Amino acid sequence: MSTGGRSPTVLATDRARLLGLVGALALLGLAAGASVLVGTVTVRPGDVWHAYRGWTGTDTDLVVVHLRVPRTITGLLVGVALGLAGTVIQGATRNPLADPSILGISAGAALGSVTGITVFGVTSLGGYVWFAFAGAALAGIAVHVLASAGRIGATPVKLALSGAAVSVFLGSVTAGAGIIDVDLHDRFRFWSVGSLGLADREVTTQLAPFVVAGVVLAVVSGRSLDALALGEDVARSLGQRVALARTVAATSVVLLAGAATAAVGPVAFVGLTAPHAARILVGPGHRWVLPWAAVLAAVLVLGADVVGRVVVQPRELQVGLVTAAFGAPWFVALVRRRRLAQL
Amino acid sequence: MRGAGHPERDGSASVDLSALGGPGSQLRRDVVTGQPSPAALAAARSGAWVARRGRASWRAEPRSIVVTVVAGALAVAGFVVSLAVGDYPIPVAHVVDALLGRPVPGRSGYVVEEIRLPRGLVAMTSGAALALSGGIFQRVARNPLASPDIVGITAGASTAAVAVIVLWAGSSAAVAAGALVGGATTALVIYLAAYRQGVTGYRLILVGIAVGAVLTSVTSYLLVSADLYTVQRASAWLAGGLAGAGWDDVPVLVGATAVLGAAALLLSRQLRLLELDDELAATLGVRVEPARAAVLLVAVALAAIATSVVGPITFVALVAPQIARRLVRERALALVASAAVGGVLVVAADLVARRAFAPTELPAGIVTGVLGAPYLLVLLWRANRVGATG
Repeated sequence: MSTGGRSPTVLATDRARLLGLVGALALLGLAAGASVLVGTVTVRPGDVWHAYRGWTGTDTDLVVVHLRVPRTITGLLVGVALGLAGTVIQGATRNPLADPSILGISAGAALGSVTGITVFGVTSLGGYVWFAFAGAALAGIAVHVLASAGRIGATPVKLALSGAAVSVFLGSVTAGAGIIDVDLHDRFRFWSVGSLGLADREVTTQLAPFVVAGVVLAVVSGRSLDALALGEDVARSLGQRVALARTVAATSVVLLAGAATAAVGPVAFVGLTAPHAARILVGPGHRWVLPWAAVLAAVLVLGADVVGRVVVQPRELQVGLVTAAFGAPWFVALVRRRRLAQL
Repeated sequence: MRGAGHPERDGSASVDLSALGGPGSQLRRDVVTGQPSPAALAAARSGAWVARRGRASWRAEPRSIVVTVVAGALAVAGFVVSLAVGDYPIPVAHVVDALLGRPVPGRSGYVVEEIRLPRGLVAMTSGAALALSGGIFQRVARNPLASPDIVGITAGASTAAVAVIVLWAGSSAAVAAGALVGGATTALVIYLAAYRQGVTGYRLILVGIAVGAVLTSVTSYLLVSADLYTVQRASAWLAGGLAGAGWDDVPVLVGATAVLGAAALLLSRQLRLLELDDELAATLGVRVEPARAAVLLVAVALAAIATSVVGPITFVALVAPQIARRLVRERALALVASAAVGGVLVVAADLVARRAFAPTELPAGIVTGVLGAPYLLVLLWRANRVGATG
């Protein structure tokens, strides 16, 4: 995928990229630390040690073990999941504007979760996440099919429009369900924008295996994404099985974005901005973009969560809102910069 | 070629487009690049009625007129039916009597005049306003999917309205005013963000989608931070319905729609030329950016006013112009036909909303959302398919 040829990559050698990645991981560690320590209840590093080594059941212990640490781990998992999902979508559709929430996948996962909870009465994440996957898959398929109709195929604009239309559709169905079932509406409103506040230990432990599976698939599809970026025909001539590559990519996206959305609700723009930032830093090769995007996205999610907790104390801005506030200007800048007709 | 007149020779900008084979709006065009095919451009148009008076000319398609009249008749019929049915059923004869001012037995007169009549008027007018707005957006953006719902204008109005309800516990008038200001401000922000030596169709749409996403998140945050009673009030507004429509809503809505509709018709020539292609329009003498700004202003005002009165009734702005276009086919701008179709849609949706699960009343916005969306998806499929081969 072309970067427009304007600026050379910042980290041009593998050694620089590796060192940079270590630095980014350190930054992630800082963000995770901030996520555990910052909040309305003051937590000091000593308290964390106390909670895990010398548990005495104080309030701070409870806050650390049941709120802060699960929240941090969930934020990490969600960030990694969304960052990788965004990278894979952008690579597989060759669309720089792709993001699970823009392409309707988040809305599909949301409606799937709601269906699982209300229609089938499944209340644990490990249960209704499967409905979320189904919803995400169906929405993604619908958007792709709609946008691909016609000789030109799926251009970025058509994909974005199809995604927006499908999202609005799914959103109104969900809203309609909320009208008919008032209790659902009350529960659902806390979840309609991604929020890490809903994460407890149960959510964290149930989320992890799906994210791990998705990560594995994403890493596996990394090489094929490089080939796909050159175009379908070139990829085939290089020996790439295009249909298989696309299927693997799509499965990883559904797993990652579906699980993340089922766990915390739709978090917008993370899947869009992290891959772009990664590409600016390390170039378009997916071998590096994938890990960098994962780390940067996790930093973004945790950072946004911390900001959201601090800015309107004692209340809280959900992480989805903060990422939208930062991500939208980035998206607008992207749209203004690129000449989309060529993509 | 019937209807072909003589182009003005004094160098003014009013060129008779029938010489080109008809204005571009009805041409099948590629969804992304907006170019009509040469074959379509060269296709001769027939049957257009052209009226001239001095330097002004007006063209209308017989088919467009027929569709408008039929849609208008349907809207009126639906309107009358909506006056007759309800928890307090009234025979149609009594409805007609009440409308004509003749004395009517029982409470029928009151029900018709004070409750259902303003509601029906609001339904028809808001439908017309939304459809007009959507029609203009679709032509300016050269894309059948552009509509105030998707481009973020309705989201802006919604966020402002919810903010008024949650933060200031405002009265209905304050909520309506907030929605109006919100929609207009959002449109301005989107326009400025998309402006880069002009506003091209897809930049406008994409920026609108992003801004809409942010605004939706803000609305969700507001809903989370409020108590349950306020949330219910906000959610009721967000669902979009005609439940509270009364006589105080009518003058502003009808007046504004009439004025803005007239403005849209006056600008229809610019609109037609804008839909062709920027360079072609400039060659034909249109100052592209000012014309686009003016036309978008009218569209945004229509959408904002309608939304401020009835809340966000989704999909009407998107679907009604498309339905009108399909009915009128080789037509003129079909703005008037779109407005008529929009009126029918909202009246019908309100009727269904009131009676489908009687005695529970659904909000009309849910009906349009659930019924309109599948149709939208079909439209999208067809548009993408046909546009590429046009």
